[in-house]
Amino acid sequence: MNRKIAPPIKDAVEFDLKLKPYDKYVLSNGVEVYAVNAGAEELIQIEWVFFAGNCYEEKKMVASATNHLIKNGTSQKSAFAISEQVDYYGASLARASYHETSTITLHSLTKHLSKLLPLVRELLTDANFPEEELLLFQQNNRQRLEVNLKKNDFVANRLIDEYLFGFDHPYGAYSRFEDLAALNRSDLVAFYDRFYRTGKCILFIAGKLPPNIIELLEQEFGDLPLHGGVVEVPSNLAVPAAERKYRVTNDPNGVQGAIRIARDFPNRHHPDFFGVQVLNAIFGGFFGSRLMNNIREDKGYTYGIYSYLQNHIQQSAWLISTEAGKEVCEATVEEVYKEMEDLREELVDEEELLLVRNYLMGSILGDLDGPFHIIGRWKNIVLNGLDEDYFYQSIRTIKTIQPEELQQLARKYLQPEAFYELVVI
Amino acid sequence: MIQFSRFVLPNGLKVLVHEDNSTPMAVVNVLYDVGARDEDPDRTGFAHLFEHLMFGGSINIPEYDDELQKAGGENNAYTTNDLTNYYCQLPSANIETAFWLESDRMLSLAFSKKSLEVQRKVVCEEFKEHYINRPYGDIWFKMREMAYEKHPYRWMTIGKELKHVEDASLDDVKKFFRKHYNPMNAILVVAGNVVTEQVYELAVKWFGDIPPGEKYSRSLPQEEEQQEARRMDITADVPVDAFLKTWHMPARLDPDYYVADLVTDILGGGTSSRLYQSLVKEKQLFTNVDCYHYGSSDAGLICIDGKLVKGVRFEDAELAVQAQLDLLMNEGVTATELEKVKNKTESTMAFEDMSVMNRASSLAYYELLGDANLMNTELARYNEVTADQLVELGRRLFEEKNSHTLYYRSKK
Repeated sequence: MNRKIAPPIKDAVEFDLKLKPYDKYVLSNGVEVYAVNAGAEELIQIEWVFFAGNCYEEKKMVASATNHLIKNGTSQKSAFAISEQVDYYGASLARASYHETSTITLHSLTKHLSKLLPLVRELLTDANFPEEELLLFQQNNRQRLEVNLKKNDFVANRLIDEYLFGFDHPYGAYSRFEDLAALNRSDLVAFYDRFYRTGKCILFIAGKLPPNIIELLEQEFGDLPLHGGVVEVPSNLAVPAAERKYRVTNDPNGVQGAIRIARDFPNRHHPDFFGVQVLNAIFGGFFGSRLMNNIREDKGYTYGIYSYLQNHIQQSAWLISTEAGKEVCEATVEEVYKEMEDLREELVDEEELLLVRNYLMGSILGDLDGPFHIIGRWKNIVLNGLDEDYFYQSIRTIKTIQPEELQQLARKYLQPEAFYELVVI
Repeated sequence: MIQFSRFVLPNGLKVLVHEDNSTPMAVVNVLYDVGARDEDPDRTGFAHLFEHLMFGGSINIPEYDDELQKAGGENNAYTTNDLTNYYCQLPSANIETAFWLESDRMLSLAFSKKSLEVQRKVVCEEFKEHYINRPYGDIWFKMREMAYEKHPYRWMTIGKELKHVEDASLDDVKKFFRKHYNPMNAILVVAGNVVTEQVYELAVKWFGDIPPGEKYSRSLPQEEEQQEARRMDITADVPVDAFLKTWHMPARLDPDYYVADLVTDILGGGTSSRLYQSLVKEKQLFTNVDCYHYGSSDAGLICIDGKLVKGVRFEDAELAVQAQLDLLMNEGVTATELEKVKNKTESTMAFEDMSVMNRASSLAYYELLGDANLMNTELARYNEVTADQLVELGRRLFEEKNSHTLYYRSKK
């Protein structure tokens, strides 16, 4: 045995990846249910997706506050009683608010499901947003915001989105003290009524599903004034900043700077999206990327550096993000542009490309493991208005894209003058 | 029930195999029985720095990551005060690549000067990112030093100070490798879409000829029973006051560990917990409050921490925390509350065990504790805990003389 010689491998590009199809049901009120029934454990995840993100709000922060406080009281139950019921069954009821959508996600042992669904029904029909819960939310979030504003990375994430989209765009907006203070109960109640109680809802369920799952869902949710069908997403015009380069001082004693370099990018429907996903992997998309190899593994300027495409529905952005030593921030920025230049000027060699193809395929294979991951992929496809061909086109691109096409994409998109550049120290 | 089989190679390497053919992937997890607690007090942060160097090339393979990625794999590693764990996941058809890579770096590193130089810098940036350039980043450095006078839990995994990391030499690295990185001090777990016989053959082929090394025997200075409460009051450039109080708790293998774990859930597990309901919702003294512990192998700490609502005095906040502890010790817990935390434990374990990667690392960890099968008996241990035991342990734990209180004040 010669330890210098690698054992033979099966190139991951030879793998035939399949996305397990979902089962689709429609409840009597038109609410669509996407289901992946798989897994060995008696566990279940149900996600209620509402079209109730911040692009629907008229006043800043109303969408996220409504989402957060939806489980903090109904006319029958206090916030405590609701939490206690969820916790008693060892379940969790998470909330999250995004730009287009807001979600409620239940994780539970399958055996307790029938005890928990009526509670979710109660939240969707009778949440009453008690005044004192809102006051507490405001007080605690004000202090949390004060702490977060001390963190350079937090400040940098807010600013870069504002440069890309403008503060009045839902993707560029962020929470300010004045927005938090201006929230009132009637805003939340009105938003809830329109976008949750009578809003459009889609259900994504996964895990080891009980045989009567659809009956259970029909019984608890099929008669509610929720609806399916198409909802209009308000179209917001991005107003990007005119200035491209920013240096912001946040913490005069700071020892590191938060670096963000970003440009606008089309959404998933654009034909370049597939190829750019591969190009991004080479550039900064994983631990073996060029940015990581150069800036961490060769120079030791940072603990980590990544590039990625933002997960937005209407339009995306391409970002490079890192925290680097204060004295090497400018050198780091320079290296990022050098890596862009290299991708524009030189063809990616076959060996590197094969490594990236194999890595991406292996990573998707690993990520298709288990029902929660599979439904996550489907949710992304459904909410972006795509179909399964999106998945298979991604795979085809990973397997077949050529160095010339990658170079063309680099020339088209990795142009320094198209990028915003920010260092927060 | 997690099924597994176990064998030991002649060189002392313990190998565990867990078959799960519902996944196309395989996980290879290598745990080394060394953590920050095994460091010299003047050279802290070394176990973690060493973890970074394990990716800097081994004797026959210059680039660990590249080779794994070519095979469609991903990996990572972590260091705690107790152990260092490396894991990778790859399509099971390519599992031999993981054996090749892991065995070569157990055999010997390349000890590259460049890798040491770069990773010292990388770790210093990690230190800055997580502990310096971050409000409250140093709070646990202070607490550990106050709570432990002798035991090496006194310092953080990242190290006491940047200088210790900056001063690490190649000679230190070689010595550390020889002492801790060998078959006698490692546990290999292979899980996923694998067949036990195939794993056995591969283990013999790739790990069988590695010299066994010496079994490292640990004799750490232990804390003496604490006789007096300890307190610290500091001021820093942070926007709000933070409160942190800890008490010594039983070690991981102590039967009382399970009782202590449930006590933390009663007090601080989520928004229906006692501390949250009383101190955040009703009295509005804290904006958040939590009760938890780190589950360390040697005797650890139960912690209560939270940020104070502006204008609230530390003394009042502390009294309110104490009132909740008194309530637990004097009036106990209800049957429903006990059932709730047991249900939560069952559910948390089930969700954790969904991933093959978690199952593999848990098997390695329990094997390190003495028997991988502990993984299958844990839930029963929790279910046996009674309400009386919670009260009895609470009374012993939450004695003031067993405590460490830190007021972390905001500079006005």
